[in-house]
Amino acid sequence: MSIIYFLIGCSVLLALLFLGAFFWAQKSGQNDDLYTPSVRILLDDEPVDEEKK
Amino acid sequence: MLIKQSMKDSSILEKLHCYHCGNDCEEEYLGPDEKVFCCNGCREVYSVLSQSGLGSYYAFNQHPGATKDKISPRFEYLNEPTITKDLIDYTDDKFTIVTFYIPAIHCSSCIWLLENLNRLEPAIYYSRVDFLRKQVNIRFDNKLSSLYKVVGLLDKIGYEPLISLQDVIKKQTSGKKDKLIKKIAVAGFCFGNVMLLSFPEYLGISKYEQTFRQFFGFLNLAFCLPIVLYCGTDYFRSAWANLKNRVLNIDFPLALGIAVLFLRTAFEVLTQNGSGFADTCCGLVFFLLIGKLVQRKTYYHLSFERDYRSFFPVAVQVTDEKGIEHAVPLAEIKVGQRILIRNNEIIPADAILLQGEAKVDFSFVTGESVPVNKVLGEVVYAGGRQTGEAIELEVVKPVSQSYLTRLWNNEAFSRTSENRTKTFSEKVSKYFTIGLLLVAFGSLFFWLPTDFHRALAAFTSVLIIACPCALALSTPFTMSAALSILDKNQFYLKNTAVVEQLAHIDTIVFDKTGTITVAGADKITFNGQVTEYQKQLLYSTCANSAHPLSRLICQYWEGTTRLGTRSYSEIPGKGISAAIDNHQIDIGSRLFIKGGFIAQAAADATEVYLQIDHQFIGHFSIRQQYREGLEIIKDLSFRYNIFLLSGDHGHERDALSGIFNPDLMFFERSPQDKLDFIKNLQARGRKVMMIGDGLNDAGALKQSDLGIAITDNVNNFSPGSDAILDGSALSRLPQFFKFSKNALSVIYCSFGISLIYNVVGLSFAVSGRLSPLIAAILMPLSTVTIISFTSIATHVAAKRRRL
Repeated sequence: MSIIYFLIGCSVLLALLFLGAFFWAQKSGQNDDLYTPSVRILLDDEPVDEEKK
Repeated sequence: MLIKQSMKDSSILEKLHCYHCGNDCEEEYLGPDEKVFCCNGCREVYSVLSQSGLGSYYAFNQHPGATKDKISPRFEYLNEPTITKDLIDYTDDKFTIVTFYIPAIHCSSCIWLLENLNRLEPAIYYSRVDFLRKQVNIRFDNKLSSLYKVVGLLDKIGYEPLISLQDVIKKQTSGKKDKLIKKIAVAGFCFGNVMLLSFPEYLGISKYEQTFRQFFGFLNLAFCLPIVLYCGTDYFRSAWANLKNRVLNIDFPLALGIAVLFLRTAFEVLTQNGSGFADTCCGLVFFLLIGKLVQRKTYYHLSFERDYRSFFPVAVQVTDEKGIEHAVPLAEIKVGQRILIRNNEIIPADAILLQGEAKVDFSFVTGESVPVNKVLGEVVYAGGRQTGEAIELEVVKPVSQSYLTRLWNNEAFSRTSENRTKTFSEKVSKYFTIGLLLVAFGSLFFWLPTDFHRALAAFTSVLIIACPCALALSTPFTMSAALSILDKNQFYLKNTAVVEQLAHIDTIVFDKTGTITVAGADKITFNGQVTEYQKQLLYSTCANSAHPLSRLICQYWEGTTRLGTRSYSEIPGKGISAAIDNHQIDIGSRLFIKGGFIAQAAADATEVYLQIDHQFIGHFSIRQQYREGLEIIKDLSFRYNIFLLSGDHGHERDALSGIFNPDLMFFERSPQDKLDFIKNLQARGRKVMMIGDGLNDAGALKQSDLGIAITDNVNNFSPGSDAILDGSALSRLPQFFKFSKNALSVIYCSFGISLIYNVVGLSFAVSGRLSPLIAAILMPLSTVTIISFTSIATHVAAKRRRL
């Protein structure tokens, strides 16, 4: 059963990794603007001009 | 093709909408490609975009633009490095990064166009839009372009950046990054792990696995450390600060709860007496922080702290002795300098008029909406907006000493909001804390003579179980739900405490110009017939008068030749008389003009009667453009005391008496008068709400218990206030009042529920036999109950009020 020590160590390490990743994301400003990317992704590079059809 | 043809026909049959901005076209401006525009500005934007191959701007949305039917301010001052250094985020010898606030950003087309700026201007490397903040971040090449050119380009395509003094100042003061999110992340991380590690304890650990219990216990304790030392520090700090001020607020029992939870856990784990309350401790802090986050709603696009600085330009054109114009930052303007103010620009400092015809609109400062003529040599006070040709002035006082600035910096205006009523939770938490301490010490002394350990256990258990987590959460969750509901109804509150203020209001004071009337939208109609000569006579008479009605008539007949007046007299409140070319002209109210036939006055309009040589000529009827839904004021007057305070002359008294009680209308009130009026009401124990729109109301808005700035466009200037109300939502005011009262009852109810949980928990706790499992269940259970109850009840209340 002593494998539990190792497993818990791994799980905590993994969780710390995610926490660190979140901190990094927060610091690098990825969560500053949570709205615009949702609109931006819908804009095609060159939409078909309906007027020309 | 056929479909397209018929679509085109139907669009012609209907009202024509501008292809660019979608406004109704009063005059048609035909542009390229058979498109119709409302104004020249919109047409130009279209041609710029279509020539640069950015026509798909119009494909994402219909009429994506904002109307360009106004003259843009001049941006020459952006060539002055001293001014721009505060505006720029970063610059070196290669490129410059700058962030602009652009109020016109409103749809996906805006994002697309602004992020494709480099197709219009190759010097722009990078542009990124933050939609909610209405900001665009631009990086451009220094050698190929300049700030002036970039701003000019943005303006040319209809996205004029708002550059004001306050932005410059705001940038310098900001930079304080907030740690709440980080704290929540840490608390969530610890809470999750602790819960996982506590499970074996609750499910039971067999005898031969006792070493695990120890291991889990130490791990739990380790996870509690960051919770107490990092996440929960605010509670300790706040409780300590409040204790020093001899105030018992809700943070005290919370801090006590956290501390006791941690100490008992540490004690039990270290002495291997039990498992402790690590999960309750982490959960408590986690939920409390969530409550804090919910409470803190930010409106990126609104500012409640605007003051005169955001209203003033960044720089002014100054002419030096040699007659050369250059831009000078506002703060560096000195007495004696000659400044040039163009149409629609604001006069930033008290100055003497040197040249040009000054027609200054002081509506922001005084509430008086009709432009005032100033003669050469007269002092023009800061804050006025020049309408008409460019004028030249000599500064007599620096900006910081000018009338408006001094008014603003007046002590009464900068009052801090100390005398606000205490919120419900503030009032209750004092008694709650006292009660809690009584029970805790009571159980301690009850067990002390018989069993020391049990006494200590009971004492700590009481503090743990009665920790007012649910109580602390009920207000933020209810209020934030209420805030988002009001937000949907175009009523934007500064913070959650304002909802409670709203429920306690018993007196409402309205400003007139811009608040219940739409400023500058008077409709003037002339009934009668005049010859050109008679028109000149009447015009010349009115031109002598400073009365707003005379000014309106002069505006109506603008361009008429002015004749020399032989004699002129004005009887205040009645009318004016003049003698011109052997003719006697009388203009005034119904009572003033006695001769001839007089038409029946309409109830909702102000009428001005005209008489030449005692012969009735006709009358003007001036209909103020009132906001829609003003009937609500009548409804409100049954339950609230309603006053009208106006900086205007009283010529609309009659028209308004249908809405307001004539005895409660007050005209010609200066900003200071308004402030004193509110103060007087408050001295009589009234809870006053002030609704106003301009700088002239700013003091009153601050003094009142709840200041609401009303505006037609929330991105426009609005004075500092507790709440911003969109003009179209004014008719929902009674619903807002009722809803705020409902929200308060929801808080009372949730307080009752959390008390029930506390009583149940206390019955375990006082006996000293509180198991960690019960605490671990009771705390989250009560939290979840409160959160779901408050949000559901608030939304039900909103539905009932049709919000």
